[in-house]
Amino acid sequence: MTQPIAELLNVEVDYPRGRALGPFDFALAPGEIVALVGPSGCGKSTALRLLAGLEGPTRGSVRRASGRGETSVVFQAPTLMPWASALDNVALPLELAGTSARDARGQAAEALVRVKLGGVEAAKPAQLSGGMAMRVSLARALVTNPKLLLLDEPFAALDEITRRDLAEDVHHLWAQTRPAIVFVTHNVEEAAYMAQRVLVMTRGPGRDAGQTTIDAPFPRPPGFRTTAAFREAAEKISNDLDRAMRAP
Amino acid sequence: MKRMVSIAAPILLIAVLLAAWEAACRLWAVPTFILPPPSDVVIAARDNFDILASSAWNTLRVAIIAWIAASLIAGAIALAVSLHWAVEDAVRPLAVILQVTPIVAIAPLVNIWAGLDHPERGVVALAIVVAFFPIFSGALTGLKSADPDLERLFDLYGADRVQRLLRLRLPSAVPFILQGLKVAAGLALVGAVVAEYVAGSGGAHGLAWRILEAQHRLQTAKMLAALLVLAAMAVTLYSGLQLGEQAILRRWRGR
Repeated sequence: MTQPIAELLNVEVDYPRGRALGPFDFALAPGEIVALVGPSGCGKSTALRLLAGLEGPTRGSVRRASGRGETSVVFQAPTLMPWASALDNVALPLELAGTSARDARGQAAEALVRVKLGGVEAAKPAQLSGGMAMRVSLARALVTNPKLLLLDEPFAALDEITRRDLAEDVHHLWAQTRPAIVFVTHNVEEAAYMAQRVLVMTRGPGRDAGQTTIDAPFPRPPGFRTTAAFREAAEKISNDLDRAMRAP
Repeated sequence: MKRMVSIAAPILLIAVLLAAWEAACRLWAVPTFILPPPSDVVIAARDNFDILASSAWNTLRVAIIAWIAASLIAGAIALAVSLHWAVEDAVRPLAVILQVTPIVAIAPLVNIWAGLDHPERGVVALAIVVAFFPIFSGALTGLKSADPDLERLFDLYGADRVQRLLRLRLPSAVPFILQGLKVAAGLALVGAVVAEYVAGSGGAHGLAWRILEAQHRLQTAKMLAALLVLAAMAVTLYSGLQLGEQAILRRWRGR
């Protein structure tokens, strides 16, 4: 494997209420899409925060090859500033990094077009549907052209149709700049569809409970969800998850 | 239909109560220095209109000055306090003590400190004290109410303290600050009236003074007329601010 873009080495994270994660090892190659699947409270989001550098491990170490401004996070909620227009929300990371307002807005407008939201620049978040708000959030994550994109259950609050739409869009966006993506989800089918590699985590404190590689091109070919390869992968992930739930 | 009923119902109730009051006064021939009928109150309001209006303006002016001053002081302190938890821990007990101590009890002291020759200064100071807490509390709560995930994003993108304050915490605080300002305006008016009472016959010629004056002369109808003006002023102030708050919030969140 080439030099990983981010790596968790034997990390453990303790919170006041107990251990949340680990011991856990994880390495992500540049341009790779990995899904983390596991029961609630297994430390998936904690692992994501370690990868983002928002938190440090209690023990073990984190290596990150992506510097400041090269990592983006999308949360479960769109997490937009309600007082700011879609354009201003997307321009935020660039403006905080010191890009001139004019350039930032220009790039933000392009990012909105990339997530198929051309024309809503002036809308405030309350005027957008859930799916649209999530796209704005995605545009904000992409506007810096990150090398590492961390998605924390980004579609959990959306309906099935919107989820499928967005999953496909993420693949198209990935094909443009090929960032490494870590995708946290509860949903086995979504994981098998989205990722090249699916890592199942045990009940908290989360450990590695099995990995599955899905060998199919991105974006997924039409009808991929009904192919044998997809069903096999989903079955293996599902079995790993069953075992992970029963693990002590 | 429902809307019309909800407008008509309170008006109807007030009309019934006024009619009963008028009828009771006439029926039992209640002495007017104890309870004048509503018609006498209206006449008193008309006869004393000029003096009541200028007194109302005096009280309102004091309340507005105090409200603006309290906004500036409370806003500045809330901002300073929000920058470090230790400052907040230091300031909060004092703010609470100031808030829970009855205004009537500290009024005589403040009047002495403001100078007995300048009762209007004491009145403004007391109104500031009363209006301070809701603005301080609202602003401080607001400044700490930013979405934690947005705070994380600002961490991720390496925002400095000034960027975080101007681009995240202040805008997040807007609804809380507006709410505090609205409550404080009503309290500033209450503070002004209470302070006028305590200042007594000094030089503060606000509505409270008119009420006291009428009481000394047993002009009960005039007392009620002054009270009517005070209530009308408070309702107008509150509704105006309510509309202003709604308009600003509509702009803030885009609908």
